[in-house]
Amino acid sequence: MTSASPAPSAGPGGVAKTPSPPGRPHSAPPTAGPPGSRVRVRRGLLRALPVSPAVVLLALFLAGPIGYCAYIAFTDLQLTGQAESSFVGLDNFREAFGDERFLNAVWLTLVFTFLSSIIGQNTLGLALATLMQRASKPVRTLTGAIVVTAWVLPEVVAGFLLYAFFRREGTLNAVLDFLHLPSQNWLFTLPILAVSFANVWRGTAFSMLVYSAALNEIPKEITEAAEVDGAGGWRRMWHITLPMIRRSIGTNLMLNTLQTLSVFGLIWVMTRGGPGNDSQTLPLFMYEQAFQKSMIGYGTAVALLLLLVGSLFSVVYMRLLRTEV
Amino acid sequence: MPVKSLTRTPRSRRASHRFAADAGLLVVAAAFVLPLAWVVLSSLDPKADLRVRLPDSLTLDNYDQVLTPEITFTPLLNSLLLCGGGTLLTVVCAALAAYPLSRYRSRLNRPFMLTILFATSLPITAIMVPVYALFVQVDLIDTMQGTIFFFAASQLPFAIWLMKNFMDGVPKELEEAAWTDGASSFQSLLRIVLPLMGPGVAVVTVFSFVMMWGNFFVPFMLLLTPEQMPASVSINDFFGNKGTVVYGQLAAFSILYSTPVILLYVLVSRKLGGGFALGGAVKG
Repeated sequence: MTSASPAPSAGPGGVAKTPSPPGRPHSAPPTAGPPGSRVRVRRGLLRALPVSPAVVLLALFLAGPIGYCAYIAFTDLQLTGQAESSFVGLDNFREAFGDERFLNAVWLTLVFTFLSSIIGQNTLGLALATLMQRASKPVRTLTGAIVVTAWVLPEVVAGFLLYAFFRREGTLNAVLDFLHLPSQNWLFTLPILAVSFANVWRGTAFSMLVYSAALNEIPKEITEAAEVDGAGGWRRMWHITLPMIRRSIGTNLMLNTLQTLSVFGLIWVMTRGGPGNDSQTLPLFMYEQAFQKSMIGYGTAVALLLLLVGSLFSVVYMRLLRTEV
Repeated sequence: MPVKSLTRTPRSRRASHRFAADAGLLVVAAAFVLPLAWVVLSSLDPKADLRVRLPDSLTLDNYDQVLTPEITFTPLLNSLLLCGGGTLLTVVCAALAAYPLSRYRSRLNRPFMLTILFATSLPITAIMVPVYALFVQVDLIDTMQGTIFFFAASQLPFAIWLMKNFMDGVPKELEEAAWTDGASSFQSLLRIVLPLMGPGVAVVTVFSFVMMWGNFFVPFMLLLTPEQMPASVSINDFFGNKGTVVYGQLAAFSILYSTPVILLYVLVSRKLGGGFALGGAVKG
């Protein structure tokens, strides 16, 4: 699965499985000296030089904060005094797991992730990609354009559009009234459902594109053969298509889930985590503790937990991609 | 041969399949288009509210109202500074880093790329609290450069990943010819490799820019003074001042703010086919 051209479907994932190409043709062959000889070390350093700006940036602004995160999660640092924090061990975590509002945030994060990422974006994305395989070109293009537009919009704008859509006097209720169905104030009665739908609206395009690329790589002969053998649409999907794109499903689920875990702006704009804390997922809870209650230490402990969950997912995701690096 | 109506011909079956698929897609498209229709119609409606409806009369008044330095130009300029600076830094660092990773064999390549991949999928939201605390300590809080640095760092893992994979697709024979002529690695990167992977560089650039342009949480946390706020944060002012929200103006501003990224996306996907930026690692 190598990609010689940056074709969209082959995309950047097409990493050659062969070991990376050898160095310059007239560079010293590996026999130039025993490993670790000065010549080799110097050459290695010289070659690594271009990587250094990136490494410095990543160390200072990404690894640094993560390390700092691990440190202040165990302190009682507050916004007010900088120097007066002290080490409190596991207190923050103990407090978190005894805190009803934290547990509520965990629960809402699970609901939000499950509904909008695993069920919503993933299934709808696969359904759209499957239909697009059979649809006529104008319909395919039009639908693709609309769904992708929702994805490209800035997060805050998407938040406002769906805020307007779900408000009591908004478009959704207008449609429901028209169909003589009961309407209600969605952002008040079912806020977590509303933000989940918003996230589906915003993120489905990604899954759709991933699955379109994956389905295009399935050889036509296979599906046609199954069709001739009389396998119906659902059976073909279940026994042929899904097994063939299972890796795409895995990576897509992983990426979606990680993306959904860190959604802040969308929910912030739509509900601010409210009413009460009925749509307060972990990122919003973390923000509230750290900045509105100025408990930086406690907020960071929550952040660290979020980071750990994210890391777990990342590791699983990397296992899925194992053969590709 | 005459076919009984029960066993339909493949052609008619395919046609009915297509019809069903079209119908299904159109239903989803209709649902997805409602919020988009609202923003477009409201921006032209003098009496815009929260509902999608055809305006009785069209007006550009909403745009007129928001096209002031305070509401639109300054925030968009700030966005441009932040995202332009961040993207430039990202692309330069990613291109430099990708070259040795793509061209030289080293025992460190694999662990490095694995770390990069790992960093790609970390929830950046989670580290914003410590980043804020750290920035306060080192006096980078409320500075454009601090925000630019952080933007670049948060986009870099993915940019390096993409850049290296695009670079792997450029054959090495051309460079080897240049090396025998005495060109340095840096020269061959600049003169040969990058021009050959133009589309790849474009993808990394546009992708980084679009991600930063839409990012709300990072500037929201790291910038404090209103004059420095990018559009992603300043748009909240429409709601902030307790008065009634002027939805028509909010819609007009949303469109002004969204247009650049939509245009960029269209431009690049035209050049490279749709769905270009499929997460660097999504493969079947």
